[in-house]
Amino acid sequence: MSWLLNLILILIATAVVAWVFRFLGQKFTHNKPFFRDMPFAVAFGYVAGLLVLIAAVSYYFRPVEVNGVPSAGVIFFRWAVQGFIGFAIAAYLFRLFGRAVGTAGTRKLFRAMPLTAAFGVLVILLYAIVSIFAGSIAPYGQEEIFANANIVPGGNPMMGGDPNFPLGTDQIGRDIYSRLIYGAQNTVGIAFATTCLAFFVGGSLGFLAAIVGGWLDQILSRAVDVLMAIPALIFALLLMTIASVWSNQLGVDRTIFMVLIIAMIDSTRVYRLSRAVGQNIVVMDYIEAAKLRGEGMGYLIFKEILPNATAPLLAEFGLRFCFVFLTIASLSFLGVGIQPPLADWGTMVKDLSQFINFAAFAPNVATAPLLAAGAIALLTVAVNFVVDWMLHKSSGLKD
Amino acid sequence: MGSIFQIILQRLVLGILTLLIVSVVIFVAVNALPGDFAQAILGQGATEEAVAQIRADLGLDQNYFMRYFSWLANVLTGNLGISFAQMNFASNMGGDQLVGVVEQIAPRFKATMFLAGVTAMFAVPISITLGVLAALYRNSIFDRAVNITTLSSISSPEFFLAYILILVLAVLNPIFPSLSNVYEGMALGEKLNRTMLPALTLTLVVTAHMMRMTRAAIINLLASPYIEMARLKGIKPMRVIVRHALPNALAPIINVIALNLAYLITGVVVVEVVFVYPGIGQLFVDSVKIRDIPVVQACCLIFAAAYILLNLMADILSILSNPRLRHPK
Repeated sequence: MSWLLNLILILIATAVVAWVFRFLGQKFTHNKPFFRDMPFAVAFGYVAGLLVLIAAVSYYFRPVEVNGVPSAGVIFFRWAVQGFIGFAIAAYLFRLFGRAVGTAGTRKLFRAMPLTAAFGVLVILLYAIVSIFAGSIAPYGQEEIFANANIVPGGNPMMGGDPNFPLGTDQIGRDIYSRLIYGAQNTVGIAFATTCLAFFVGGSLGFLAAIVGGWLDQILSRAVDVLMAIPALIFALLLMTIASVWSNQLGVDRTIFMVLIIAMIDSTRVYRLSRAVGQNIVVMDYIEAAKLRGEGMGYLIFKEILPNATAPLLAEFGLRFCFVFLTIASLSFLGVGIQPPLADWGTMVKDLSQFINFAAFAPNVATAPLLAAGAIALLTVAVNFVVDWMLHKSSGLKD
Repeated sequence: MGSIFQIILQRLVLGILTLLIVSVVIFVAVNALPGDFAQAILGQGATEEAVAQIRADLGLDQNYFMRYFSWLANVLTGNLGISFAQMNFASNMGGDQLVGVVEQIAPRFKATMFLAGVTAMFAVPISITLGVLAALYRNSIFDRAVNITTLSSISSPEFFLAYILILVLAVLNPIFPSLSNVYEGMALGEKLNRTMLPALTLTLVVTAHMMRMTRAAIINLLASPYIEMARLKGIKPMRVIVRHALPNALAPIINVIALNLAYLITGVVVVEVVFVYPGIGQLFVDSVKIRDIPVVQACCLIFAAAYILLNLMADILSILSNPRLRHPK
């Protein structure tokens, strides 16, 4: 319980320092409004923030090795901080680049962009490039098996590494670096295709329900209500159980079933939104005019309603992509998603996860599963930052 | 008060109806399996007679309609069948001490509820405090830092957060055990200690969402005239929020807490697998892998029931906390 006592002492000390800080500020600046109107909590916040910063910096500069034993905590902390700062600088430069280059429209877009959104756009672009050109970036094939299994990441032969395999090899001797790159293609590609399918099905049905109304609307909406009453991941797992039997019987790849199942489950959510948006649009006069002109259903949906519903649907597309991506990663992590030999991040995390237990002695070894899991997290965080910015921009929320 | 009971009764009936239809969906999905269970239980080398025997035992020779209602009747009387793994074991090794699915699920369900309870105890106070503070100091560095952190933790997959926590709190600084093998009859302190890492992971996931909703709900209210009035009276900003804004923001906050509890009960699957926590999610995933249909069916039904129940509760509570909905015109 000594740490609890320490914590309380630190909090009390911080409070005292905060009070002194505010008091001195008021004295020396002759009651400038900044110090005069400062609530105690804010002073406390400043001091606590400063303390955390000092602690972090001093921890960062602690030696990485004590008597030849690596202090793993410091090493991981350095990696995390370097990654964070690296991405922040990259996002800043990217935003500068975007402000200087391009058409007037894109320059204006970049001028009002917060750093988090710039980070998001940059990461999404990077993932897109890696997943499209995975075949030429990756040094080896994703299914290539080498003689040496379980090579340690880091590329240092003294520590059990191999310069040819910078991130090592997995338990049956496949290059982890190549598999990470191919993972971008498989995991992101499959998630993207699934989201597109979900949007095509859910969007057209939602707009159809909005236009036709009546019994079709009733039937579709009630069916969607029922499907949404079952939690998504649970339903997906149930259907995957059944699909696994079917895929053995029919000889169809299980991954295709997974795409169809997740697209079906997520299209219900898309249906909800597009129906709600569509209902607001179909009452407009130009829809009436188009109907009187005798336009067909396809024209109404894709030429009249869709262009006017892009903003909410685009934001929804980002969010939906995140959900689909996370569901696929979770299913793969649980062992029923994307099937080997396709490289996939969720499966890689599962297969390599036991190496995290060696992190205290050999920090290098633990990087492989963390990189795979981090790759998933990075993309979803990036997409969420962009969607957050888009929603903020379109809703005009300023507070 | 007559009308309020009527509304609640209406919602209850609607909830039960939804659950019934969900049971139909689950039944149809399971019966879309090719081949039949009897073959699946006994494997390829089974004799004709054995297959026929099992078929008769399971009632597979009746039509779908009859089977659904007998299944439903069994479920309502608390008989969820016997798992295939158990049956297979019994048919190969002999012995008649079959453990029913109910006996299999009950301790698991208790463990999951314990995990969810511990998580809720952390998550609810933390998220409301953080939400109020973020609303109070909106657009400050603190607000932005909290915003970025919560957005990142919402969007990361659970297993990423789980492994980061294992790395920091179990491997680098051995504070909590990374495997949560709790069992019944364990001392509460030890049980809490072992549940801590999964609970913290889930807390990170749900806190983010609840905190953002609390912040948004309070900020929404800050533009209203009565808040302006309170401010002009010279009340301190903290008091304005806690005394004047928070009570009126309760409806959306209660709603989002209930929704997140629903998420907790169903979203534990991945976390339980990471920490090998003996909850219902772990059982569900294991059964999915070996296609143990009775267990999968039962777990699915329980998850759906919990989900529907909590959503129903959120609905009713938000009606109760809003006078305008409590007295409909």
